[in-house]
Amino acid sequence: MEVILDKKRSKQRMIFYGFALLFLVVMPFVLSEFRLDLLTKFLAYALVAIGVDLIWGYTGILSLGQGVFFGLGAYCFAMYLKLESTGGKLPDFMEWSGVTSLPWWWKMFGYAPIAIILAILIPVLLAWFLGAVTFRNRIKGAYFSILTQALVIIVYTLFIGQQGYTGGTNGITNFFTVFGFSLMDPDVKLVIYFITVAFVVLAYVLCRRLVNSRFGNVLQAVRDGENRLRFFGYNPATYQTFVFCVSAALSAIGGMLFVLNVGIISPSMMYIVPSIEMVLWVAIGGRGTLIGAIVGAVLINSAKSLFSEAYPDQWSYFLGLLFVVVVVFLPQGLYGWLKQRSASWKWMNRSVKKEVALDESVIGAPSGASDR
Amino acid sequence: MEVYLLHLFNSLSLGSILLMIGLGLAITFGLMGVINMAHGEFIMVGAYSTYVVQKTFMDYLPKSWFDSYFIVSLPIAFVMAALFGYLLERVLIRHLYNRPLDSLLATWGVGLMLQQLARTIFGAPNVAVTSPAWLDGGLTVMEGLVMPYKRLFIIAMVIITLTSMWYYIYRSAAGRRMRAVMQNRNMASCMGISTRRVDAMTFAIGSGVAGLAGSALTLIGPIGPSIGTYYIVDSFMVVVLGGVGKLIGTIFGAFGIGFANTVFEAWSTASIGKVLVFLCIVAFLQWRPTGFVKMRSRSLDS
Repeated sequence: MEVILDKKRSKQRMIFYGFALLFLVVMPFVLSEFRLDLLTKFLAYALVAIGVDLIWGYTGILSLGQGVFFGLGAYCFAMYLKLESTGGKLPDFMEWSGVTSLPWWWKMFGYAPIAIILAILIPVLLAWFLGAVTFRNRIKGAYFSILTQALVIIVYTLFIGQQGYTGGTNGITNFFTVFGFSLMDPDVKLVIYFITVAFVVLAYVLCRRLVNSRFGNVLQAVRDGENRLRFFGYNPATYQTFVFCVSAALSAIGGMLFVLNVGIISPSMMYIVPSIEMVLWVAIGGRGTLIGAIVGAVLINSAKSLFSEAYPDQWSYFLGLLFVVVVVFLPQGLYGWLKQRSASWKWMNRSVKKEVALDESVIGAPSGASDR
Repeated sequence: MEVYLLHLFNSLSLGSILLMIGLGLAITFGLMGVINMAHGEFIMVGAYSTYVVQKTFMDYLPKSWFDSYFIVSLPIAFVMAALFGYLLERVLIRHLYNRPLDSLLATWGVGLMLQQLARTIFGAPNVAVTSPAWLDGGLTVMEGLVMPYKRLFIIAMVIITLTSMWYYIYRSAAGRRMRAVMQNRNMASCMGISTRRVDAMTFAIGSGVAGLAGSALTLIGPIGPSIGTYYIVDSFMVVVLGGVGKLIGTIFGAFGIGFANTVFEAWSTASIGKVLVFLCIVAFLQWRPTGFVKMRSRSLDS
């Protein structure tokens, strides 16, 4: 019975993957150049969302600081792009701020391989540091969330304060080429789109393997019963720190692809609101399901760009309402909702009763008996 | 010498503002365990209430009454913010007591909506509140050291709020019920305490104190729709640093952060100062992961 079900499911899954890939391949030929740019951006966000999902959906740690890792990755790569456009000379904003010579650590970013390595390494090291000092002391839950949000604020203030080195409020912009190719060229844009798609697919496949492995089981055990896990002799801190670093790396890669596509990175893009929006993408799509995170990121951002084109002021209301509605009515996100719906349809068809029972016990009501 | 005294006074002043905001959180987060990200917006509600009261006094009442507007605005700010808090608890937070991280996200959404609401009603630019004449000027202690009356007034306000809160929590019947519910909900319920009502009241009071803080902030500078965002994280840090469950922890946290902030900012720049304060907090948490005060408990996860 179960084998048959598994086969049926994996067949369904393959069909779904096929359609998803087809969708991604066809899109460039359907969408206008402007919309394709947006889709590239959303897919870069989807990478961030996968990272958020790993740490929040699977491990149960709410990090409100993913924007920092995203921003650091983007800044590191933007520094390279900036130096490429100035030919290694002093960038324009430095002149305006009275910096006369290029600092040594800026010079390092003039070499693409070093810049790319640092763009991932710096966020990962920061995540490792914060994870090592918090998880080891069992600082968790809301305390950890607040510390990550404080991290967002100080990085933001730091980047604005050090105007001569970071471009201040304006951030880093005005670069037009990458590795000698013009960023305005539609063909180059198409290549960037496919590179982004490749990264999303790769991240999805790797993270899927990760969460389906024994390691993934431990992560979910951290979420559902950290103390029990500790009694088994595992050290949750190691796993938490590791997954925090992985999510930071994914955010950083997302940031690099973002800056390549959008052509600007500024402190406001890694401040509190963008950081917490990243959590919303995952919450809407369905926490604890990787595909939900990707779909959520693309969906919310599409809605945002459509919505705020028409009614810029109302978007804040809508976003706020979305948070409330999703948390209260759709705790498992769209994915969980669809799964529940499809389960009840199957029940009506009376095809596979046993599966329904199985599914409902998995989705079910939020666990933890209420005593209030 | 004057410089050091000035730093001391400034850190005391900053600490008292943080304490004013942190006190509300000490109730909603410390006692009830609810992470209310809309707390900053309750500060904003209090601040705008003060603004409206001031405007009313200016436009409709005799000029000679104007100086008393601030005293009138304090209870109004408290009640307005408490009302918002009561509503929020009744409508939303009640359903999320067992899901702290979810209540964080939901209240953040509420905060965003309240911010936008303020932007719609009062406009996006900051508004300035004219402070009453009797708070202008300052006390000259010595050459080069003037303590503005406004800052002194805020410090006095904090002391009064703190005393009344202490009295309410530890000496009044309502406070006893509140502590009973927070310590052992089921037992308190068996003793005939309406736990739901206590929850709502507690949350309303915590929010009301945020309103008072907002009122105090109008003395320092102009106010705007996003005023809450400036203070919310700092005040959460106050509670994290101080530890939950006891008022003394909040006091320690507020003055600790106030002092560190002033010293580091004087010693380096504002942005580097913030980084150093953050590192200090993280270092302190290495030593005391649950903050300054420890609640003794045998349960595994508190």
